[in-house]
Amino acid sequence: MTLIVKKTTQLISGMIFMYGIYVIIHGHLTPGGGFAGGVIVAGSLILIMLAQGGDFLKLVKEEAGTTIVESLATLMVISIAAAGFLFGTHVFFNNFLPKGIVGQLVSAGVLPLYNIFVGTEVAASIFIIFLSLIIFKEESPQ
Amino acid sequence: MEITISIITGIMIIGALYAIHAKDLLSSVIACGIVGYSLVICFLLLKAPDLAIVQIVVDTITLIIMVAVVLDSSREEKYSSLDKQGYVNAITGFLFIVIFLWFFIASIQELDVLGKSTLRMAGPYIEGAAQKTGSANLVTGVVFDFRGYDTMGEAVVLVTAVLGVLTILRLKGKK
Repeated sequence: MTLIVKKTTQLISGMIFMYGIYVIIHGHLTPGGGFAGGVIVAGSLILIMLAQGGDFLKLVKEEAGTTIVESLATLMVISIAAAGFLFGTHVFFNNFLPKGIVGQLVSAGVLPLYNIFVGTEVAASIFIIFLSLIIFKEESPQ
Repeated sequence: MEITISIITGIMIIGALYAIHAKDLLSSVIACGIVGYSLVICFLLLKAPDLAIVQIVVDTITLIIMVAVVLDSSREEKYSSLDKQGYVNAITGFLFIVIFLWFFIASIQELDVLGKSTLRMAGPYIEGAAQKTGSANLVTGVVFDFRGYDTMGEAVVLVTAVLGVLTILRLKGKK
């Protein structure tokens, strides 16, 4: 890509990344949540990769790391759900943390934690599908 | 509002028809984008901002990947004349269209007007959900608290999809 596109994406992709994190963290207050914010975060990463171009085969290490992040995030979601067995009424998906005041940033018990981990998992999933699409194409013998 | 939604639905149908019949595959992909973004406007008009955010972001990323695929392979659609198997497929497709249309007409007479009816479970969800879950956004409260199993299933489905992509697309074996 040309220099204009490269510089513009360098300026913008950070803001898009921060907006995705905002949507994830405020998921229990405003519209949005884990799924939408995760896709926005993945979109900022995809944008900067498409604009910069270059040698995609060097990204194999990032691909392995993203796989681990994705699996760990899913494991954390299931662990938080299973942690409901330990406190109060012993049921799956028990909201065991204090609820707080409705409308504040730190409130709603475990719901923000679910949002954060689901957002991480979705971002890693979308990004890894994109990475595998370009890496495996470069790897394949023509 | 129903007139606006009807007009947007008409634009969506035109876009979908153009996507099937376009000679150039790139314009066909862009026509698919018309369908997705019109759906975003429909969601906003029907007061579902959560769905609209997810739809606009996912549609954009899908379009990027589809355009990359089209630019990488070929922009021409390869036509082939109908053989015996093609006629069987066409007749089967037509029969399924007739059957689905018949069930659709039979079932739509039982439904209420769009947006007027409330489901049986919707009332208990709305009453005091903010106090029960502590979440100001009711959708997050329903998705992660009342319907937690659904969300867990969705997350596991996404992991399974990524595993499938990594397994199927890898042409060169890992040493």
